[in-house]
Amino acid sequence: MEKDIKDLLSEHEFFRGMAPAALELIAGCGKNVKVDEGRYLGREGEKADTFFAVRHGRVSIEVHSPERGGVIIQTLGPGEILGWSWIFPPYRWLFDARAVEVTRAVSFDGACLRKKCDADPAFGYELMKRFAVVIARRLEATRLQLLDVYGKAAAP
Amino acid sequence: MAASSPGARVLERPELGRLLEILKGRGYTVVGPTVREGAIVYDAISTIEELPAGWTDEQGPGTYRLKKRDDPALFGYVVGPHSWKKFLFPPEMRLFSARRTGASFRIEPPEGPPPRYAFLGVRACELAAIAVQDRVFMGGDRVDPTYQSRREGAFLIAVNCGQAGGTCFCVSMKTGPRARSGFDLVLTEILEEGRHEFVIESGSPEGSEVLAALGGREAAAPDHARVDRAEARAAGQMGREMETEGIRELLYRNLEHPRWDAVAARCLACANCTMACPTCFCSTVEDTSDLSGEHAERWRKWDSCFTMDFSYLHGGSLRSSTKARYRQWMTHKLGTWFDQFGTSGCVGCGRCITWCPVGIDLTEEARAIRASDEGQHHGKGH
Amino acid sequence: MARPPRPDRTGPSDPMRPSPFVVRRTGRELEDAVTLELEPERGAREFPFQPGQFTMVYAMGVGEVPLSISGDPERPERLVHTLRIVGAVTRAIGGSRRGTVLGVRGPFGRGWPWESAVGKDVVVVAGGMGLAPLRPLLYRILGARGRFGKVTLSYGARTPEGILFARELEKWRGRFHLDVRVTVDSAPSGWRGAVGPVTTVLPGEGIDPARTVAFACGPEVMMRFAVVELRNRGLGADQIFVSMERNMKCAVGFCGHCQFGPTFICKDGPVFPYSRIDALARVREL
Repeated sequence: MEKDIKDLLSEHEFFRGMAPAALELIAGCGKNVKVDEGRYLGREGEKADTFFAVRHGRVSIEVHSPERGGVIIQTLGPGEILGWSWIFPPYRWLFDARAVEVTRAVSFDGACLRKKCDADPAFGYELMKRFAVVIARRLEATRLQLLDVYGKAAAP
Repeated sequence: MAASSPGARVLERPELGRLLEILKGRGYTVVGPTVREGAIVYDAISTIEELPAGWTDEQGPGTYRLKKRDDPALFGYVVGPHSWKKFLFPPEMRLFSARRTGASFRIEPPEGPPPRYAFLGVRACELAAIAVQDRVFMGGDRVDPTYQSRREGAFLIAVNCGQAGGTCFCVSMKTGPRARSGFDLVLTEILEEGRHEFVIESGSPEGSEVLAALGGREAAAPDHARVDRAEARAAGQMGREMETEGIRELLYRNLEHPRWDAVAARCLACANCTMACPTCFCSTVEDTSDLSGEHAERWRKWDSCFTMDFSYLHGGSLRSSTKARYRQWMTHKLGTWFDQFGTSGCVGCGRCITWCPVGIDLTEEARAIRASDEGQHHGKGH
Repeated sequence: MARPPRPDRTGPSDPMRPSPFVVRRTGRELEDAVTLELEPERGAREFPFQPGQFTMVYAMGVGEVPLSISGDPERPERLVHTLRIVGAVTRAIGGSRRGTVLGVRGPFGRGWPWESAVGKDVVVVAGGMGLAPLRPLLYRILGARGRFGKVTLSYGARTPEGILFARELEKWRGRFHLDVRVTVDSAPSGWRGAVGPVTTVLPGEGIDPARTVAFACGPEVMMRFAVVELRNRGLGADQIFVSMERNMKCAVGFCGHCQFGPTFICKDGPVFPYSRIDALARVREL
């Protein structure tokens, strides 16, 4: 029997510990998606009305520069969240997001969820608390990458 | 204290030359204090006349001057810029030569037997320093073979200090002023009431042999009393002290103390202290080659934790600030030395204070940290 | 005190004296890293060592550097080093051909205490060239795979081209019940693996802190942050072992260069339980 969205969310690490009522609210804005390898989940500059809870597969966050071509900055896997640009204006993707392999996720309508957060601040707070952790962890990882610790030593 | 030690003798000043003759006859190179370029240094000597008779040293933080005494004392000074580590742990030493043989190479160890030194005039703090380096070079699982061969071949004639130097603090470090062990012979110069003589005691079987050959008269109670008085006089003249209680833990608790920044503002990282210190043992290895590449040598040379290169790793120095380097030296000397070797690395000789161009005094630094022990207040632990 | 002196003991057993070893095989691992296989020129046919130990390798007349042993401890007929070319000495050593003779002293140091992981799960965390001194440990574990529980290798490199022993990692992943998780700091589009710091590929769910031992080697910053993550997962500081590095000259505890607080990295390390260096690791410029 096919699982409904709420069941899928209760298995996902991001939503762990959320009250059933809150999960119900979120599930209402979500739908199950499958993204083929190489397809984009979001593109730099485009409207960011969606975010994703990755369930299976791998998604890359990429940037394209003329000198270097396409560069993968980070990858995300099962249990992780892709996309927070839906939370604040201008609601646009900053980077490309692409499925590295076949990826299954729950995608959420950002506008729908923003309305629900405005209507129920307590629910909104729960959701934002979790996003704060996601963003903080992503920043920590980025800082370590920025240190470029494996780089070549400066010439003696 | 005033008991008569078996076999102690008293030798008149004119007869002291016999000591050098006996030592040379036993195959020793005698090394002792002598005046050179305005300082009393240790060098090979062949006669008593080369000793700094009638000289004394005036020492203070960053200052050293020789001054004429108004008596002809042979040992009326304390320690100078040299220490005996110069002979046991030579400043430069070839570890081996290598010669190309086709695609390969052959290692040739240095030739010749090790030198046999007789050290004349080893002060109590210096005996302690030699004992400290004994632990460093011979006390662990590995033994440094060149230190060991020079050390085992050395004959030590200690001299009890009759006066304290300007930067001495052997009393608080419990290393002097009286030499108690670790010597073959110990001399105390007695210059009073028209006497100029030496009370000599033995500290080893070989010392006793030499003592027996020296002659002189048997020491009696008044002679030992004079020795005790000399010790008391020197002990009473200490101008500074190191509070040693819990100093290791104190330093561990205060690795971020602002005093380190203060001393770093003065320290020139000139490395004088490490060169003069009788226990500092850091060295470096230098590999050299001639132009043809056919002959190479490996040398061991004294090094200092104060150099930028010392902690070089992966393109930079790990201790690039003077603060980090001064902290390393002092916390090693007074703190981590205990973890490594079971004793303090400091013997209270005062050289680092005298020979520091800006007169940094580690007893003062330790006192300042103790006075505002940040670890106690903030509960920072090790 | 004074005794009849012994002759200078700079014979073949003098730890400061290198022995000649012949290069039998060379291999380029990365653009700036090579692996050399050495054999003693004469005398003993083997060079026994513990995983995690290192040697001092001498290029005659040029200089000497510490190098991690990266070979299989069960095959001591070959002494294997993997090194990165960073300066004159490593360039001379790394430029060796078959038949070049290098000087070797060692092995030195305390190696990975793999026995403490028997019967437990093992997490190996490597970064960049840090995989080299961990490879002997992995060989030992894989050679007795049944004696250990779950074994994970989390490895981070700068880019896909910087992944050391890439082919071997593939082989291990395929064959040995070894969970190999590789990540890079950045990659060109098209890379199908993970991108992010190595802390993001540590095992998460399923770690039983009571029966896990971790071994980590890589740049010091990377190790510090990996240890934070491991401790967040419940591992105690005495269950995590790291390999430290400092400037070395003598490698036998006399020259003083490798001091790290009270420890001499050459003889008290290079492998330490993290509990021993926890307080030291956070002091700047120690």
